[in-house]
Amino acid sequence: MSKAKIKLRGISQYHEVDVNPADDTVELNGKRYSVGRLPLDSLISGTIYGVLLNYKGAFAALGDAMFEAPYKGEPKAPVMYIKPANTVIGSGMPIPLPADVPELEIGASLGVVMGRTATRVGEAEALEYIAGYTVVNDVSIPHDSVYRPAVSQKCRDGFCPAGPWIIERDAVADPDSLDVRVFINGELRQQNTTANLIRNVPRLIADITEFMTLSSGDVLLVGVPEGAPLVKAGDRVRIEINGVGSLENTVVHEHEWVMEVSL
Amino acid sequence: MKRARVAYLGAIHDALEAEGGVKLPDGRIVGENEVVWLPPVQPGTVFALGLNYADHAKELEFKAPTEPLVFLKGPNTFIGHRAQTRRPADAAYMHYECELTVVIGRQARKVKREDAYHYVMGYTVANDYAIRDYLENYYRPNLRVKNRDTCTPIGPWLVDAEDVQDPMNLSLRTYVNGKLTQEGSTQDMIYNIPYLIEYLSNFMTLNPGDMILTGTPEGLVDTKIGDEVVTEIEGIGRLVNTIAGDDV
Repeated sequence: MSKAKIKLRGISQYHEVDVNPADDTVELNGKRYSVGRLPLDSLISGTIYGVLLNYKGAFAALGDAMFEAPYKGEPKAPVMYIKPANTVIGSGMPIPLPADVPELEIGASLGVVMGRTATRVGEAEALEYIAGYTVVNDVSIPHDSVYRPAVSQKCRDGFCPAGPWIIERDAVADPDSLDVRVFINGELRQQNTTANLIRNVPRLIADITEFMTLSSGDVLLVGVPEGAPLVKAGDRVRIEINGVGSLENTVVHEHEWVMEVSL
Repeated sequence: MKRARVAYLGAIHDALEAEGGVKLPDGRIVGENEVVWLPPVQPGTVFALGLNYADHAKELEFKAPTEPLVFLKGPNTFIGHRAQTRRPADAAYMHYECELTVVIGRQARKVKREDAYHYVMGYTVANDYAIRDYLENYYRPNLRVKNRDTCTPIGPWLVDAEDVQDPMNLSLRTYVNGKLTQEGSTQDMIYNIPYLIEYLSNFMTLNPGDMILTGTPEGLVDTKIGDEVVTEIEGIGRLVNTIAGDDV
């Protein structure tokens, strides 16, 4: 059992709960619930910063193109982008598939939730600035070029499911050796580990806060592994990160993107 | 009406422009040098345009874009009028960018160009500094160039939309230590404000408090520690900023 925060739909405050990432359960008011049976809401209050090309395999997948135009060399600093507030949805909410797009790319990422203001933080102290961790799906419309910010491919409404909870920092012994698995309709489609990050969590925090401040509640996505699975309408996506939790969402056509309400 | 957010004697106020000063909600009028100016809007999602003036695109030896080059900025980068922007110690080329900023007033989804102005709350001035030394060729411009702490002064005023007759016909000027270094007109934008609102709201929802920094014309020069940089837009405001060192 680990301590975590959840947010229930319709209730403005967080609930501090005991969770078990191994069997997707939450203990709330003395009772045990399967996470899929709780009306979970979005947990993210700050700004979400993503990092591109931070898995060794994703970096290698760019291949020789990295040295050709327009890139003309390896990146020298973390390549970052923002997932704005309109993208964030909670665990269990559907992911909208835009009308003009056949498939979406799943971006399985560990989300590092900051616990206090971090400016010019050293690697040795970096983990102390973390409040906890969550599972994030950095959804994109597939695109090849990383020369320009992919705003129209990455910033659509509902393109950043996160959850199901924020597990407290101390529940995760080492954020740099976590297995990440993606299941589509129950089938394992992607597997990697945060041990393959080019910049591990402390190094990322150090390199980013060298030039910008991360505030409490901000979330850092450590990166998306190579070989992102593609999904279409009707597909059920489950991202598991060992010891952190499992995030499940289903893809629906944009025009069907409403909450299920039974009266 | 011109609105601002200021700190005065330890409290934060929504203020209005009054004769020669700043009017607090309780009626006190204080001098514009007596207050600490904050960004006039608490930033929501903030978009910025790259290469949105044909002359500037040419100056940087790029072709004008065929689709808006949009990037996002985080809240850490914004500071108010009369504040200091820190220049990194290793920077060789750090330039200002005087930009008309559009503040969204109503939720906007799939808005048509002809209706776009109904979604605008008002306008302000931004100075979107770039540290060109860090401009790598990935997700260009990267956050290290454009999202550093203190590198986006904004303000002083949010001018109500109804008080700006034609936002697409305003002159922009930048003065460094009193010398005019940049001059242009919002007429020369490649993608104008209605186009940008239609473009963005077509694929994502814009919310009140979201902002669009619309890009800058040609005339960029390096700014050094101690320089006073004034970015000014006709009818919108005169935003004063000073460059400081980056020593801890």
